[in-house]
Amino acid sequence: MTKAMPDSVSAIRTGNSKDSTLLKVKDLKTYFFTEDGVVKAVDGVDFEVKRGEIFGLVGESGCGKSVTALSILRLIDRPGKIVDGEVYFTDTALHKLSEREMTDLRGRRISMIFQQPVSSLNPVFTGGDQVAEVLKIHWSMEKEEAWNRAVELFKTVGIPDAEEKVYAYPHELSGGQAQRVMIAMALATVPELLIADEPSTALDVTIQAQILDLLKELRTKMETSVILITHDLGVIAEMVDRVAVMYAGRIVEQADVNTLFEEPVHPYTSGLMGSIPVLGKVTEKLEVIPGSVPNLINLPPGCRFAPRCRARVENKLEICTKEEPDLIPYRQGHLVRCWLYQDSMEHKAPLRAE
Amino acid sequence: MSDTAVRSNGKKELIVVNNLIKYFPVRGGLLQRVVAWVKAVDDVTFTVKEGETLGLVGESGCGKTTVGRTMLYLTEPTGGSVQFGDTDVFSLTGKALKDMRRNMQIIFQDPYSSLDPRMTIGESVGEGLKIHGVGSASERHEVVIETLKKVGLEDYHSKRYPHEFSGGQRQRIGIARALALRPQFIVADEPVSALDVSIQSQVLNILKDLQREFNLTYLFIAHNMSVVEHISDRVAVMYLGKIVELAPREELFSNPLHPYTQALMSAIPIPDPRIRRQRIILPGDVPSPLNPPPGCRFHPRCPVVMDHCSHQEPRLLEVTPGHYTACWRVE
Repeated sequence: MTKAMPDSVSAIRTGNSKDSTLLKVKDLKTYFFTEDGVVKAVDGVDFEVKRGEIFGLVGESGCGKSVTALSILRLIDRPGKIVDGEVYFTDTALHKLSEREMTDLRGRRISMIFQQPVSSLNPVFTGGDQVAEVLKIHWSMEKEEAWNRAVELFKTVGIPDAEEKVYAYPHELSGGQAQRVMIAMALATVPELLIADEPSTALDVTIQAQILDLLKELRTKMETSVILITHDLGVIAEMVDRVAVMYAGRIVEQADVNTLFEEPVHPYTSGLMGSIPVLGKVTEKLEVIPGSVPNLINLPPGCRFAPRCRARVENKLEICTKEEPDLIPYRQGHLVRCWLYQDSMEHKAPLRAE
Repeated sequence: MSDTAVRSNGKKELIVVNNLIKYFPVRGGLLQRVVAWVKAVDDVTFTVKEGETLGLVGESGCGKTTVGRTMLYLTEPTGGSVQFGDTDVFSLTGKALKDMRRNMQIIFQDPYSSLDPRMTIGESVGEGLKIHGVGSASERHEVVIETLKKVGLEDYHSKRYPHEFSGGQRQRIGIARALALRPQFIVADEPVSALDVSIQSQVLNILKDLQREFNLTYLFIAHNMSVVEHISDRVAVMYLGKIVELAPREELFSNPLHPYTQALMSAIPIPDPRIRRQRIILPGDVPSPLNPPPGCRFHPRCPVVMDHCSHQEPRLLEVTPGHYTACWRVE
């Protein structure tokens, strides 16, 4: 029996008011138990994704942004383990679902695309087969119907010569085309949430622009919420509505995108922004964040950024290397995890919002 | 095009590259005959002035790395010439070539695979000195330590092995290795693209400082336009084995003439959400250099293509002093 494939997206999206919370992540902790010790890849992450928004997770390699995404979908394998936390998707508690229920939800309601599109596709099936398979499984479509719909989806994601390209194997596709096939697969089920993990990082700049454009267009057309994971602050500025900056397994700052770029308050965020060359703004010297990212097995005591933090030295803060600050509101909708803005028993915050 | 056309006023030219060509054979069939040629670099002419940084920018497969390697005679050129000072590099052999190489060094993209894992950092950095028979062992050691300090590493680091270092540190070791022989010219092939953003700026600053201190000349190869803008004095843009535009930095970034340069710039995401630009989205992918399109190689993707473009190839012409571009719209 064929399940009714909705004619329009709004048919499934009715009754969902905008601005309501689609995904809520609470105190998520994912550790990897390796021979060398416990790697605390994600160590207490909280955030929310609203309906219809693009939420950005930005940070350098090893900050835990990808592991956060995989943990939401419960795609963590040994030696990794989600050790704590709650994830709510609409009113479903994902952390309580059985593996079977989770499998049913993955792909259907939450889809994911990855950084390496060519290696994420199955090399022994054509792109069309792989998209059609998703349709057969999730909408119980017949072979022919699924194939026709796959061709349509190829057109939707802007693959040139869609009728021919459905017969192409992954190695016959360019990086940009393969990423489009991945997106077609992810969208075949009309998911409510799309997780895009560095979707354009492996691509050339002119191709990256195409893919980012496509994602934006699809968000508008299909009203899909997106979690966009990237290390590129430029991509964040152009794509997202709200953004969380991650460092060593934790969110250190979170705000809407304009606020974050106009008034970054965490020393890591502002340091990161000063350290990238910006097209059209030539400076003699770039800012440098001294040192490098801490070892996640052997984290420094107190704030994880403290050993590299200039603001700590300038303000002569002693608490930073002893106790960890909380992610607290700096202003409405702008959260920061830093002792510059937080009081404690024997510590008085040297700065606060005017 | 005559080489004098590309020479511009100002500083003296250290390197003159004339009509450089590099084709790679594609073999196939039972007898492994050459069935086709990949035209990686196809008639490229430019100069690098003493003490300047020439940025070479383009997407993957455009031939920018091949230009760098062929210039250093690390691969056999198919045609053209490279003048280093008064010397014709491709005419050198044996000892003369080896001596020449002291003056020309290279920094590679991947700091993880470009260092020998079984050599200590001190040995790696000093390898070139040893090969060229510079000084005694203790003198060489001194140079190594001094060079390591120049890139922000300490003397005790020289006894350690590559796996003990982070990516940023390894890239600095790569720089020290290139610097040890005190060359005049360094090809930096995507030296920061494998590094995290907060580490990139450390390496870029070191490269700039060293240039000032040692009066180094760089060919800086990268795909990231913002990085190239930051570090370069002049910039050349490559597409499918050809230079499509070459100009001083300010000129190129304020007044890009070639439609490809314009598209490349507009495609770069700018970390400022208030800037809303009209993006030029190029259709399709970069064609294969095995079978480049006839006429202007950019014409199948060009937003302002004319009839003429698919028939005849435009020449790289000087439009305003020092600003060259190859486009029928301009010619």
